[in-house]
Amino acid sequence: MSAKNFKLLIVEDSPTMRQLIVFALKRVREFTIVEASDGVDGLKKIAGNRFDLILTDINMPIMDGLKLVSLVRNDPANKDVPIIIITTEGAQEDRERAMALGANEYLTKPIQPTRVLEAVKRLLKV
Amino acid sequence: MTERDDDRSIVKRAEEFLQAFKKGAEFTQELLKENERLRFQLLELKESLRGPEKSYPSDSQDPEKDHLRRKVRDLEQERVEILDRIRQVEKENLDFANRYVEIEAENNKLANLYIASYQLHSTLDFREVLQIIMEIIINLIGGEEFGILLLDEKAKKLQAVASEGIATGDFPIVPMGKGIIGQAAQTGENYFIEEIAGYSRELSRPMVCIPLKIKEQVIGVIVIYKLLVQKDHFAEVDYELFTLLAGHAATAIFSSKLYSESERKLSTMQGFIELLTK
Repeated sequence: MSAKNFKLLIVEDSPTMRQLIVFALKRVREFTIVEASDGVDGLKKIAGNRFDLILTDINMPIMDGLKLVSLVRNDPANKDVPIIIITTEGAQEDRERAMALGANEYLTKPIQPTRVLEAVKRLLKV
Repeated sequence: MTERDDDRSIVKRAEEFLQAFKKGAEFTQELLKENERLRFQLLELKESLRGPEKSYPSDSQDPEKDHLRRKVRDLEQERVEILDRIRQVEKENLDFANRYVEIEAENNKLANLYIASYQLHSTLDFREVLQIIMEIIINLIGGEEFGILLLDEKAKKLQAVASEGIATGDFPIVPMGKGIIGQAAQTGENYFIEEIAGYSRELSRPMVCIPLKIKEQVIGVIVIYKLLVQKDHFAEVDYELFTLLAGHAATAIFSSKLYSESERKLSTMQGFIELLTK
């Protein structure tokens, strides 16, 4: 494991789900985790910080995850930040749409902590 | 030559002599060390030559060949032993790897259960408790269409108080003991359909029915009609989550209802007191 510290943003409206993801990722000491409750909250946090990876849900109030993905990809400062989508939407067309917008990984609920951690490690190359 | 020159010459010679003596002493010490080292090597050689002769009798005229043959035999045996040990270690590694996977799965399961119970008891707000139960069913179990029905103690009927994917008002009011839902509420036993694949939705016949129990008292049921498209079967952890829901969700619902009632009574009493003391 690299000694470098990584800053991760979790954008998820369900506190239970957020806590589960945080629980899974906190096993890696080098990860600093910031939580956001929806797309707008996520954008605010992205504006004031530099993140190494973003995990987001799709269905959220105020701003959904797909909108967030497209805004992040259109932002020159964050266009290369890896994005993982964790969602209940399991249909192939939803996956394709998310990937076309610029998501790097598409994971479906119910959440499996091991899969989340594997995807994060793979994208961060740790 | 003066007397002073003589003195200088003597001192110089004395110094030269001392230098020569020191060098001689150092050389002697080195020789002694070298001698010690060579004696040690000689002893080792003697021992190595003597050792095998003790255990292996000579079988040819040439003792050197005998020694080498024995050495080869010993090395071959050692190789076999090492290979056995490697196989044993590989087997142990595989066992450890399997055990690690099992522990990892168990750890994940415990984390899910811990977070579910932590969330359930994190609030005393009735609506929030229902919301958390629904979040658990969606995010941890993978339910897409489901409802939470609570028991009206006086009427002995179950009525929907929250739902996902189906309008709450669409749920039937189920008398205790009637149909699959009523039976599950009466017996307190979990109900699961045999095969998820062949199931078609019918509100009186859910695919899963989980009674919400406080000890043996049923206060309601959770009914599930559809799972997320990517979830085609129940995992082992789901049954644990259902059991957890049966207990913790019931306690959380009961506590929050009790708290809401006591809050209401408190505010009513405060209202009376204010009225009387004014």
